[in-house]
Amino acid sequence: MTLDRRPSSATGRLWLLRRVVFGMAVVLLGSVLVFAATQVLPGDPARAVLGHEATPERVAALRTELGLDRPLVAQYLAWLGGVLTGEPGHSLVTREPVGGLIGDRAVNSAVLVLVSAAVVVPLSVFVGAVAGRRRDRPFDRAVLVVTLGLTALPEFIIALLLVILLSTSVFPLLPGTVLLAPGQNPFGEPAQLVLPVTALVLGVLPYLARLVRGSVIDVYESEYVRTARLKGVPENVVLRRHVLRNALVPAVQGTALALAYLTGGVVVVEQVFNYPGLGSALVDAVNNRDFPVIQLICLVFAACYVAFNLLGDAMTVYVTPRLRTAGR
Amino acid sequence: MRVGLVLTGLVLLVVVIGPFLAPHAHSDIIGAPFSPPSATALLGTDYLGEDVLSRVLAGGRSIVWISFVGTLVGVAVGAAIGMTAAYSGGVVDELLMRTMDVLRAFPPLVLILLLVSVARAESALMPLIVAIAWVPQVARVAYGAAKEVVGREFVESAEALGTPRMRIVRREILPNVMTPLMVDFGLRLTWSIGIVSAMSFLGVGLQPPAADWGLMIKENYQGLALQPWGVVVPVLCVAVFTFGTNLMTEGFARTVARVSPLEVTT
Amino acid sequence: MTAVAVKGLRVDLSGRGVDVVDCVDFTIDAGEVLGLVGESGSGKTTVGVTLLGDARRGAAIVGGSVVVDGQEVVGLRPDRLAKLRGSTVAYVPQDPSMALNPALRLRRQLDELFEFHRPELPDAARDERIRTTLREVGLGSGDQEEDDAFLARFPHQLSGGQQQRVTLAMAFVLRPRVIVLDEPTTGLDVTTQARVLSTVRDLCATHRVAALYVTHDMAVVSNLAHRILVMYAGRIVEAGTSAQIFDAATHPYTRALLAAVPLVSQRRELTAIPGDTPLPGSRPSGCAFHPRCPDAVAECATTTPDPVQVSPGHVVRCLRATRLGPARTAPRAVEPRAVRQNDVVLRVADLDAFHGRRQVLHDVSLALAARECLALVGESGCGKTTLARSIIGLHHRHSGGITFRGGEMATRARDRPPELRRAVQYVFQSPYNSLNPRRSIGEILREPLAVLSPVPAGKGRAGRTRAAVSEVLERVSLSPTVAARYPDQLSGGERQRVAIARALVCRPEVLICDEVTSALDVSVQASIVRLLRRLQDEEGLALLFVTHNLALVRTVADRVIAMRAGRLVEGGPVDDVLDHPGDPFTRALIAATPEFGAAPPGVPSAPTSREDRT
Repeated sequence: MTLDRRPSSATGRLWLLRRVVFGMAVVLLGSVLVFAATQVLPGDPARAVLGHEATPERVAALRTELGLDRPLVAQYLAWLGGVLTGEPGHSLVTREPVGGLIGDRAVNSAVLVLVSAAVVVPLSVFVGAVAGRRRDRPFDRAVLVVTLGLTALPEFIIALLLVILLSTSVFPLLPGTVLLAPGQNPFGEPAQLVLPVTALVLGVLPYLARLVRGSVIDVYESEYVRTARLKGVPENVVLRRHVLRNALVPAVQGTALALAYLTGGVVVVEQVFNYPGLGSALVDAVNNRDFPVIQLICLVFAACYVAFNLLGDAMTVYVTPRLRTAGR
Repeated sequence: MRVGLVLTGLVLLVVVIGPFLAPHAHSDIIGAPFSPPSATALLGTDYLGEDVLSRVLAGGRSIVWISFVGTLVGVAVGAAIGMTAAYSGGVVDELLMRTMDVLRAFPPLVLILLLVSVARAESALMPLIVAIAWVPQVARVAYGAAKEVVGREFVESAEALGTPRMRIVRREILPNVMTPLMVDFGLRLTWSIGIVSAMSFLGVGLQPPAADWGLMIKENYQGLALQPWGVVVPVLCVAVFTFGTNLMTEGFARTVARVSPLEVTT
Repeated sequence: MTAVAVKGLRVDLSGRGVDVVDCVDFTIDAGEVLGLVGESGSGKTTVGVTLLGDARRGAAIVGGSVVVDGQEVVGLRPDRLAKLRGSTVAYVPQDPSMALNPALRLRRQLDELFEFHRPELPDAARDERIRTTLREVGLGSGDQEEDDAFLARFPHQLSGGQQQRVTLAMAFVLRPRVIVLDEPTTGLDVTTQARVLSTVRDLCATHRVAALYVTHDMAVVSNLAHRILVMYAGRIVEAGTSAQIFDAATHPYTRALLAAVPLVSQRRELTAIPGDTPLPGSRPSGCAFHPRCPDAVAECATTTPDPVQVSPGHVVRCLRATRLGPARTAPRAVEPRAVRQNDVVLRVADLDAFHGRRQVLHDVSLALAARECLALVGESGCGKTTLARSIIGLHHRHSGGITFRGGEMATRARDRPPELRRAVQYVFQSPYNSLNPRRSIGEILREPLAVLSPVPAGKGRAGRTRAAVSEVLERVSLSPTVAARYPDQLSGGERQRVAIARALVCRPEVLICDEVTSALDVSVQASIVRLLRRLQDEEGLALLFVTHNLALVRTVADRVIAMRAGRLVEGGPVDDVLDHPGDPFTRALIAATPEFGAAPPGVPSAPTSREDRT
């Protein structure tokens, strides 16, 4: 055992290090992209902020204030330095520091994403595993039909349908909008979270449940499960020991993707429920042309995506002996 | 699949001939804001007092053409990038696919918001923006499908013959990735419809006074309790449309490609 | 003592009333090895797993009885069946790399047999038994710590041979009464196969296990089995002792099969069986073999034959069994062809090739003369395919010279002039992979013409290419109508003919064949070999025949070179090398290749004699 582990964890660490470096490179390049998109693309940000009626003097003044008269590379480096030192500039609209402005909202969004993930991951694994085990039986067919229906609906539409059905017209049971004072804990009013979380869960569930179902079926069809059965291993142990362990490998990767997908999904869902998170902040900033805010929020989204994928890769390697002990 | 065809056909029919059936011009004010359904306005009026029915009948065009053109361009460009990377291998592969990795780090809607923040959405630009959002995702799918084909012996056989590279891509690889690409196109179309309507809902898509389902949802959302039809009907229109395209895709995938569409994208 | 008794067994595809196998009767005594031989689609594996009460997904045992160690298996409750499996009757799977759970350490996979079948056994006794079994299958070291380290490994950390030994250990560790071996040596090299086979033989004899050995390879069972069943299209067509089957085969199918198998010891004219093995659901009426049978009469198409006993213990399912008589002329031996060696077309000089930083070919040189067939033989991973790919220009990382008629060939196929690309052609191993599934056969065959010798556009171009396609299809004995079909509408043998036709359509001078028959059944292999011989005789092709199969070398080739770990170890005329091998590697390879002869020495006649020897 000990002989077995030492070299593998060393290669594992090296591999992980490479992935982390690569992930950081992606975020860095992402920051270039964010910066370039807001600064280089046709259109003058200062003009865009002030509108067409602004006097040339005011535009010039804002350009100087924003540093737009400096070379692009210098602008970028100054901005990146600011992001790294926690001084990513000030909002053009409220004049507040961007970091403070989105701090609370980032927490709110994180709560939304993590609560949704905590619901959807176990639920998908359960539904997918049961459906895969009872392939082509009524439960499996029902799961297929429901997930098919749900994939067809964008979570934007799902969220609106939930509001229409459960909050206003038909069964007014749950609050359809979230009212949170700045700095207020979203858990303070758990009822307010129900609908946004449900919308996100329903958006991800079909993807993840079908993924788990598919991989459970693949493993059930595998030669080694057949061998285990022909060894006389009881069916419940076949599921627990031989099937789930291998079927969860793609599910882990899928969960990472689903988390990344959830972070994207919050943008619309937050807007529908008026939830004060990063997504609604981004939408406001885009409508106001508040570039420092847009840049930082986009960067946060990219960093989250990279982090979730990294986590997924690391966990996949951890649960796959062939990858864990690679290089020997 | 047949149900999907019928639903999609129905929506397209509304979109094409709807404007001619509309009882009012879509931006005429015909009554008080948020009035309930009446003989003049069968589905009531919206936040300005415009006729909901007329706006619904006129409001599908933009969604249909923007999502269709955007998806088509996105899938075509993404597929070209993915296949080029897969077949070239080496530096080209790394360069293209790592660039796609960077782009994929942004959720499609975030990428769209980022682009929109600079180029204020003209409706002519919207398909392009939607397309850009899909390119990295499609490239990934096409890359996976093509990489699998590139390693097969019939491609090597063509290599050994010295077949020109473009001819190999066109005649050996493309026919084998066409089916997954078409399934992918169907899926992206469904998602594009969602995204285009979401863009208008978020206020970064079409601007008033245009008639558009997504925009209508946004405009009338505040009056949901007073006059639900201004929101409910456009929501249902979008839902039926995405449902139809999705069923078609699923049907195509199951009968022609014999795969589940969700397996294609993963 | 009878350990297994199968009677009237029938397995159907669920809900379709189509039988996969039917009317299967046989018994196996304790200590006896029964060989079950058949080609793909014959139902042999289906019969094998019924001994464990199993049927693959989509199929079900619908009739008959399978009694294993006194217990009826058909219709047994799942929990009782689970008790039986692994302890009373064990299974050795075909592909060990797929059959071992990749997420579990070996110890866990062996341990769980005790967990469910012998929970009362104390840990120490369990460990002792596992270590003993490891030794028996040739994996144990005798040193406890080393054994423990081995058992702590995951399956992917083992070689193919080791993996197969682990599955043998899993099957034998509980000392079952019956064991089913499903082609356990298919993916292995002959030397590894020989060692695994001798392990199986010893274990069965030592523990008096009744074994059912399922295989497509006549030669393998000839050295192993006491009795043999031959299956065709879901029926047992002939059953008898090894001696009866090999010396007095009576069923036309058995005879044809034996005549299609190449031998190492003797150059013989292989006889192909015309047509293809039928699949369940599309089997001919009457005797399923009659459309391919040289001795068929009108009655064979309408009457289903019953088993006929031709001598004690020798049963044949053929209407004409008694009339055909047991003795028939064996395949005729043929003389080696005379080839002029001075007209060298292709020469490889001092070739070194690399995969990444690893050198896979060392200083390889060879010469191929016109009209000659040169065999390149070696085990998997020895570099023979890399050599072939280097010659055709698909493997680029090499140094050294490859010349065609004295002219240097560029490293990449793409950089070679069309004339060279035309002159040297390649046929790939798997006909399932080498034809584009989305293009018709006609399109596939026109492609080389379009790329290499573009006919000027204009009148008659379409007609001329169509004529070229029809003509090349005829040269490989396919109907011109095949041109309109797609690869998945063809059988494996037909596909390989198309692949050969694609190589021939430009009239090459050198054909490189890379394991072209290894994905095919023996009877189809024989027809491909005959085709290649004919093409050589008629068109004067020079052939570089890459293979792992020494018996094929004897039949096909004029000269042979043997390769080991990237180096050529021996070369010369086939008969010289195979009759008087000089290199220890070649000697070992020849000794390990299973073989049956007119009177094979050492064929066990009775179970008891086996034990005397071990």
